[in-house]
Amino acid sequence: MSNILNIARTESKRIFLSPLAWAVLAVVQFIMGFVFINLLVDYAANPSMDDTVGVSDYVAGSLYGFATILLLLVMPLMTMRLFAEERKANTLVLLTSAPVSVTEIVLGKFLGLLGFVGAIVVLMALMPLALNWSSDLDWGRLAAGLLGLFLMMMAFGAAGLFVSSLTREPTIAAVGSFGLLLLVWLVNILAYNDSIPFGEAFAYISLIGHFDSLRRGIFNSADVAYYLLFTSLFLWLTTQRLDMERN
Amino acid sequence: MESEVLIEARSLTRRYGPTVAVDSLNLTLRKGEILGLLGPNGAGKSTTMKMLTGNLAPSAGEVLIGGQSLREEPKAAKRSLGYLPEQPPVYGELTVDEYLDYCAGLHGIERKARATAVTSAKQDCGLTEVSRRLIGNLSKGYQQRVGLAQAIIHRPPVIVLDEPTVGLDPIQIREIRSLIAELGRNHSVILSSHILPEIQAVCSRVMIVNRGRAVYNEPVTTPTRFGAIAVQFRRMPDARTLETMNGVGAVLALGDGRFRIECRDGADPREAIARAAVEGGWGLLELRAEMRSLEEIFVELTSGDATLPEAA
Repeated sequence: MSNILNIARTESKRIFLSPLAWAVLAVVQFIMGFVFINLLVDYAANPSMDDTVGVSDYVAGSLYGFATILLLLVMPLMTMRLFAEERKANTLVLLTSAPVSVTEIVLGKFLGLLGFVGAIVVLMALMPLALNWSSDLDWGRLAAGLLGLFLMMMAFGAAGLFVSSLTREPTIAAVGSFGLLLLVWLVNILAYNDSIPFGEAFAYISLIGHFDSLRRGIFNSADVAYYLLFTSLFLWLTTQRLDMERN
Repeated sequence: MESEVLIEARSLTRRYGPTVAVDSLNLTLRKGEILGLLGPNGAGKSTTMKMLTGNLAPSAGEVLIGGQSLREEPKAAKRSLGYLPEQPPVYGELTVDEYLDYCAGLHGIERKARATAVTSAKQDCGLTEVSRRLIGNLSKGYQQRVGLAQAIIHRPPVIVLDEPTVGLDPIQIREIRSLIAELGRNHSVILSSHILPEIQAVCSRVMIVNRGRAVYNEPVTTPTRFGAIAVQFRRMPDARTLETMNGVGAVLALGDGRFRIECRDGADPREAIARAAVEGGWGLLELRAEMRSLEEIFVELTSGDATLPEAA
């Protein structure tokens, strides 16, 4: 356990020491801020649409919904370096010849990445928090949305970590994980096509459906379990991949 | 007295598809030994080292480190291992202190003991004055030293160094060599190199690897490793007198009183020859063993297909 934490701490530190992380945070925050203000102006312009729609619905629903697209673009950039760059710079040997298991390496790297994910979640929470003094917010609903974002980024991160372990070129890892995520995202298109069997299964596999209910404030443990399973699957695949490398 | 065996590799083999990179290589390293792995490029030195450090699984054979199998108990075995690969595995964005602290943690040094471990490793590798600099901004030689510090930070019984002096200036090379020699007193060191004087200067034993096979494995200062004796007499005796002596193989007359005497395996007839020369009044002018230098041995063993069948 201490090995995992040690690796995670250094990984987090290295992520935040790179200008990439700060550039990504800045761009994400700028775009999200732009969307947030637009949504607020829009809401203020049409105050009496419906009594059942409040500012929390507006913010959590639309803002966090939009965030998923942005994060889909951004997460592969954050995961691409994790293994690919280490392999390219021959630094992976440091971990593989130290008395730590492959599982500890993978979990350590993943936890380190979650540090960055946490930073994004905090930024996402700060925007509605700014409204706290002028409005009554439905914090339960916002929390569900933030949890959804966190779980989704966790899943993105695990898939990206796996793709990064396949190659030694960070750019290829980025393109590859973007492709993989988009594919799993879009798999629910198949569900709308009646001529394809198992439509419901495809809809269930898709990354996006499980976020939608959280975004609407519905906490369903099945959705949480989906993201956890998705994450564990890719973490397990990563350990398999690294183990294979020795042979 | 036989000291403790720290690393033992039994018939280590590694195949990459049809190519055999390392072919049933045996290797034993005792405490206090510095073993030099020598070989031409592509001979399998780095592959061997990767297998010894658990970075590459052997296709066949086994590695025991401190009596623990690298395959069955990788964690326990790796605990007594320090490894500096060909390229130092350093993170350019960390400072020397941060990096070494991380490595100390990776190798299971308790949090409280880390600062002392880092300080002493820095002292050993001459890094104290660059503690707070980013590794990425250091020169290649300093990065190499950081890599070395990383390998010795947990004071492992076995240290594996893959070409540790590459990219260093002559003074740094001397420093690193004396550091290795010092480490060799309390630890066992395996180092690879293709610089022959370096091996001669530092190592207590040499293993020459060619085409994945160990073709030579002897202590550096083996006195018996000579094949012939050169002699010169003022009054030439009958060559047959020499031939009948114990331990003498063929005698080749080179003219001018010079002879080249081939010795039988392991025999050293120098003393007998000297006595015979005095007794017979041959006027002994010169008597010396034709030592083969490491370089000659190396060239001989690696240029042709020569393999010593029982070199293991």
